[in-house]
Amino acid sequence: MATQMHAATVAQSQAEVNYLNHARGLKSWLLTLDHKRIGLLYLISIALFFVVGGILALLVRLELFEPGQTIMSAETYNHVFTLHGAIMIFLFLIPAAPAVLGNFALPIMIGARDVAFPRLNLASWYIFWLGAITMLVGIVTSGLDTGWTFYTPYSTMTGSGVTWVVLGVFILGFSSILTGLNFIVTIHKMRAPGMTWSRLPLFVWGLYATSIVQILATPVLGITLLLLALERILKVGIFDPALGGDPVLFQHFFWFYSHPAVYIMILPGFGIISELIGTFSRKGIFGYKFVALSSVAIAFLGFLVWGHHMFVSGQSATASTVFSLLTFLIGVPTGVKVLNWVASLYRGSIWLRSPLLYALMFLFVFPIGGFTGIALGTLGLDVPLHDTYFVVAHFHYVMVGGMFLSFLGGLHYWWPKMFGRLYNEKLAQLAALLIFVGFNVTFFPQFILGTQGMPRRYFDYVPEFTTLHQISTVGSWILGVGLLLVAGYLLHSLFKGQKAPANPWGAGTLEWTHTGRIPSPHNFDRIPVVTRGPYDYHLAEEIFGNGRGEGNGVVVQPSGQAQQSHSTT
Amino acid sequence: MQAMIWLQGTAWLPEAASSVASEVDALFHFWAWVSVVLFLGVIGATLFFVVRYRRRSIEEVPQPVKEKKLIELAWIVLPTILVLIVFTWGFRVYIKMYTAPPNAYEVLVHAYQWYWEFEYPNGVKTTNELHVPANRPVRLRMSSADVIHSLYVPAFRVKQDVLPDRYSTLWFEATQPGQYTIFCTEYCGTQHSGMVAKVVVHPEQEFEQWLQEAGVPEDMPLPELGARLYREKACFSCHSLDGSRGVGPTFKGLYGHEVELEDGSRVVADENYLRESILQPGAKIVRGYPNVMPASYASLSEREVAALIEFIKQQQ
Repeated sequence: MATQMHAATVAQSQAEVNYLNHARGLKSWLLTLDHKRIGLLYLISIALFFVVGGILALLVRLELFEPGQTIMSAETYNHVFTLHGAIMIFLFLIPAAPAVLGNFALPIMIGARDVAFPRLNLASWYIFWLGAITMLVGIVTSGLDTGWTFYTPYSTMTGSGVTWVVLGVFILGFSSILTGLNFIVTIHKMRAPGMTWSRLPLFVWGLYATSIVQILATPVLGITLLLLALERILKVGIFDPALGGDPVLFQHFFWFYSHPAVYIMILPGFGIISELIGTFSRKGIFGYKFVALSSVAIAFLGFLVWGHHMFVSGQSATASTVFSLLTFLIGVPTGVKVLNWVASLYRGSIWLRSPLLYALMFLFVFPIGGFTGIALGTLGLDVPLHDTYFVVAHFHYVMVGGMFLSFLGGLHYWWPKMFGRLYNEKLAQLAALLIFVGFNVTFFPQFILGTQGMPRRYFDYVPEFTTLHQISTVGSWILGVGLLLVAGYLLHSLFKGQKAPANPWGAGTLEWTHTGRIPSPHNFDRIPVVTRGPYDYHLAEEIFGNGRGEGNGVVVQPSGQAQQSHSTT
Repeated sequence: MQAMIWLQGTAWLPEAASSVASEVDALFHFWAWVSVVLFLGVIGATLFFVVRYRRRSIEEVPQPVKEKKLIELAWIVLPTILVLIVFTWGFRVYIKMYTAPPNAYEVLVHAYQWYWEFEYPNGVKTTNELHVPANRPVRLRMSSADVIHSLYVPAFRVKQDVLPDRYSTLWFEATQPGQYTIFCTEYCGTQHSGMVAKVVVHPEQEFEQWLQEAGVPEDMPLPELGARLYREKACFSCHSLDGSRGVGPTFKGLYGHEVELEDGSRVVADENYLRESILQPGAKIVRGYPNVMPASYASLSEREVAALIEFIKQQQ
């Protein structure tokens, strides 16, 4: 049944109407209700903001190449590093994995024709742009120099465009909430027959956990930022001590959102890593249940650790102690996940393709972020390390190394399904190497800068730190070249790329096994019936036949050549 | 030799010059070595599996591996034990860091955008230089006049935010006479990275002597007092004396000359202009410069303002 249907889909591949070509023109894109097209709209949007944020990062590193003024004034530098952080976090990291990859893959992975609320889905993209434009109005008219954390009372006193930016972030929050809401309902109500909770691909579990955080935490940020705007406009004393407010209260409110927000960024990344390791080792994820449920547990526990950002803020020592302990308890399941992924490789059939390279990089980089996170959660160690480059390095290892690398891995993984084309694998591997080297050269020296005492958000520094800063800046160039290369071969593949088969990786989830080369507008002609888990490759007859390679699926040989393994019907 | 320095971690950590520093460093090294060993284990296993189980034919489908409850249990329990050790150790160090001995010598700290002022029990004030005796606990009682700052002495391994609406405290016992850097580690605006000061640790008997000599004589001539204030109130961090452009206009050749304001109008920088610019910095903004000078200078005394004006008049 499923087998025959799949064979039919493959055979029809080319003439087939797909989601990219079934309607043409700008209007068909701007008014689309198709989750796949909305995913691509998001992809273009966040890629744009990533380029802006990335250029700002290169400027920050260039300014720090030498002590004193290098290419910009202190005033300008403060704006540049703030904008780098604010744009990367609110306009790239938070929406990237759920809104791009989640939107594209989630409904297909659970055997649905679309998300539960397609119109809401499109609305969330427009709200994203409304928020982004509001933010940009503030930035362009008066800049932003508060750091992305908007700490009061500095943020209520500065003349920069805090009010506009904060309103923009407030609006962006709704986009995030609506996406989360949509995904939760979709996962609960739209699963195909046989797609039980224990057969959900782990990316779906990751998105489910992410959605919970998006719905519960984002409103708190919204309220906080609204209070901040009210304080600036109406002079109501909430955070500013000059008006009778409490500046530390802002930090509590802010981190109550922003710590869980770290999980909004990283949980989908965990899901992607599970997909990549499952597919490219052709084996189930070791401890599937633990990996799935620990994501949900982390989503809830993530609400109880915000105070670990405030050990030296004047918060009571008792509170700090409790927050430290809870931080460690949330660290353990995260560490265990890493062990599960490594164990999944054991006795697998490991195929080194670019998406897996990103997963392996993740297994290298993310533990460094994790171990240094343990140091920062330790009361006695956080005191000297807090607000130094050690923190900067730590969160770049988690955010860039964890989230961004898994996003790149996911993008390389789903790219052939999005556009029906293969990119140049050799260039992809070269780019992965450049990114790996560039990333570590950029950020590892920052750990040493931090332990030696270099504070963060410094325009100028004492001469002893020069060498490490210069290494870091050179690393940022290598990283930049690697990313340019990625942009180059991905764009090239859109026009000149070799046509991809329906399942180039021999993956076992529905978006690969039960859709054509490029999915049709409604994903499935007939809703598939699911009879096995997502990584049960030994049961995947539609790909491999009876475990003897006699399936109908299309796999790619290690040489990179696509081939039809057998055309039996 | 180089390798030994790295092994001992001195390439990672700055010099240790307080009673608590060695305890922090011991914990740091424990954490670092456990992390390195576990990290190498994870990476080693990953690389081994990737090589050992690399795909040999495209149709290879491995059989599922049976999950062993014992392994899963072990790698949940062992990390939990390890982090609890680190937590307890960190907690003990932290309690020591934040419990000042009752006999500590107290210094008041006032933080301003963008300088530090230290006030000693006998009324002596210093700017950007904290003088303390060695081998005696010192407790800093700190408050800020504007935004949040944070006082950090890397060599002492201590740090504490300084808040505008309450006191926060920090204590340390310096073990080595010498000079150590103080950084501001809470982002506080334009000159955040210029808010660098130093701790001068005196041998105990010399400290008393320093304290006696540090008072400002009441009859100090105005220009001399002005020069001292220029240094102590950190005017130099924004206003140069050599004509070079800083965050604010240079003092060189300022007095008696015309300046162009934001709205295009021109005024002569006379005594009243200087007085207003010190006490109400936002009243007249010179064209091309940001309006970022803090209002905290309004607390200068009449004599101090007069002294600064005399000092600026001399910079021709």
